Amino acid sequence: MTALQIIFLITAVITLGAAAMVVITRNLVHAALWLIMTFFGISVLYVLLNAGFLAVAQVVIYIGAISILMIFAIMLTRRVQQDFGPQTNAAWPWALVIAAALFGGLIWIFSGWGNFFTQAPVMGERADPLRQLGMALVSPEQYVIPFEVASVMLTAALIGAIMVAWERK
Amino acid sequence: MGDPITAISLWLDGLLAGWGLAPALIIVIKALLGVGALATAVLLVDIFLVWVERKVVARFQDRLGPNRLGPFGLIQPFADVIKLLIKEDITPVGADRIVYNLAPIMALATVLLLWAVIPLAPTVVGTDVNVGVLYIVGVGALGTLGIIMAGWASNNKYALIGAFRTVAQMVSYEVPMVIALLVPVLLARSMGINSIVNAQDSYWFILVAPIAFLLTLITSIAELGRAPFDLVEAESEIVAGFHIEYTGMKFGLFYAGELLHALTLSGIVASLFLGGWRGPGAESFPLLGIVYFFAKAFFLYWVIMWVKYSLPRIRIDQMLNLNWKFLTPLSLVVLVVTALLDKALVGVQPWVYVLVLLAANLVIAWVTLQILRSRARKERQRVAEPRPIARPPAAPVSSQGA
Amino acid sequence: MIPLSYFLVFAAALFSIGLYGVLARRNAIAILMGVELMLNAVNINLVAFWRYITPTQIAGQAFAVMVFAVAAAEVAVGLALVISIYRRRNTVVADDIDLLKF
Repeated sequence: MTALQIIFLITAVITLGAAAMVVITRNLVHAALWLIMTFFGISVLYVLLNAGFLAVAQVVIYIGAISILMIFAIMLTRRVQQDFGPQTNAAWPWALVIAAALFGGLIWIFSGWGNFFTQAPVMGERADPLRQLGMALVSPEQYVIPFEVASVMLTAALIGAIMVAWERK
Repeated sequence: MGDPITAISLWLDGLLAGWGLAPALIIVIKALLGVGALATAVLLVDIFLVWVERKVVARFQDRLGPNRLGPFGLIQPFADVIKLLIKEDITPVGADRIVYNLAPIMALATVLLLWAVIPLAPTVVGTDVNVGVLYIVGVGALGTLGIIMAGWASNNKYALIGAFRTVAQMVSYEVPMVIALLVPVLLARSMGINSIVNAQDSYWFILVAPIAFLLTLITSIAELGRAPFDLVEAESEIVAGFHIEYTGMKFGLFYAGELLHALTLSGIVASLFLGGWRGPGAESFPLLGIVYFFAKAFFLYWVIMWVKYSLPRIRIDQMLNLNWKFLTPLSLVVLVVTALLDKALVGVQPWVYVLVLLAANLVIAWVTLQILRSRARKERQRVAEPRPIARPPAAPVSSQGA
Repeated sequence: MIPLSYFLVFAAALFSIGLYGVLARRNAIAILMGVELMLNAVNINLVAFWRYITPTQIAGQAFAVMVFAVAAAEVAVGLALVISIYRRRNTVVADDIDLLKF
């Protein structure tokens, strides 16, 4: 057990616990706060994976934008949130079975894979993933088309969201 | 006395190694000591900020301010703290206890987190993250979260309205803020705050990006929720907004967090645009760098206070109009123009570079002012027109007794 | 050092929890939260594969960035839909949103 492994295990337990609370808890605002905790744990895992940019982007996008939007939507639909009927539908045992089966199946498939217990290759001193990522996203040989398509999609989503939620008077 | 901080660090190295500790453990202990020292120092400055705030607002309002306790009323903030500590601690009925108690901690802790990436002197940097600017934006988002949690958990309508306004304000002002912050990133070719400060060795970025500096300052004030953007806690509309139910030291944490946030954002703007710790002699005497840094930060802090006590609060529709119709397009124009000129001016003398960018910024500012002037003229005409309501009655009504 | 298996097991568990949330919750916003958990699990896998299998090519991180963009767009449109439906039908329960059954 190295220190990194202990850090990973603590983070993983907290993150998975928070994720479980997201789907279990009845109070939706609490679910959103647990979701934020989950995102934070995932951000720590990105740091463990040497992806500092993604870790910070995770905090900015998921916690700063997505979670806050969700809390906003929950507060706007407050009347519904206050009725304390069942928060799960009739088929929840089946959902549990399917989720457990998926988890088991994934582990079963992974365990037969040769690289399952592989260790991380050492990052060179001169390796700069951030610069590499930046170049890759705008380089014509690499990902400039997906990058531009993502920008167009974000614009479309922006306009679409405004149109859908527009209150016609 | 070249560099006491490095000297202390080396002395600690020797001392801990003398106790027979592992090198990895020494790094951890030194990091913890550094965090503790920085957080304590910053919070001590925070107590002093209470005094600065009260003195400066008094001067703006032609008063003297606290002057009874100690010289110039310097002991006054300690009296304030004691008063807050002995007040009754109230938790409102129906409040969400855990979230309610967590919110003030979030509000102050997120501000302290920002100090991790601000370089105070050439040798005093908490941690040199290579995505420092993005880190600042992310931690700012966490601060917003603290306010939303406070507003929701208080179980109070005014607090909830305050939380709603916070979301509308902070999420929308993040857009021009991030775009304006991209300008120094573009000029320094790095997102790390330390690299940005290092890139300002020949000229400060305020010379080549004055509009971006102003945009960052305005959006910072909006992020802070200070006047004229203090709709979040507008006393005359929603009593006190998100912290209406908080008493005693919990309110104190919000108050301290707000003051410290103002100083922190001033420090960040000073690092990005005013050269941070740079100044004559700072390279050889790092302690001088701390003095320069805090001088610049406190100057900007004073500017923020100046704005706060001079301008009236704006309405929420004006706030959103200002953001989406003015700040965001302007920041986009500035970013694109800066990027294009930066690309066109590769390999020229630094003074040519500075002059061309400065001229471009002045042209943008002039065009913006012209557009604003014509808009204002139209607006004035619209307001001056007779309104459909409250016209005088067509014929005078004869009175009963005549 | 941490072997790759840790991250894969973690991501699989997170994905399963998200799937349960999507399948079992009634509230549309809670379903969106489940979708976010699943997207995050996928991201962890992408970055872990980048770090352990192909650290010289940046593909994993680039795709993670794309997933970020997709997630942001999805939440914006999804929440706009939820609020719009709430205005018209006064419900956010996914089972009650059966406009096609008119």
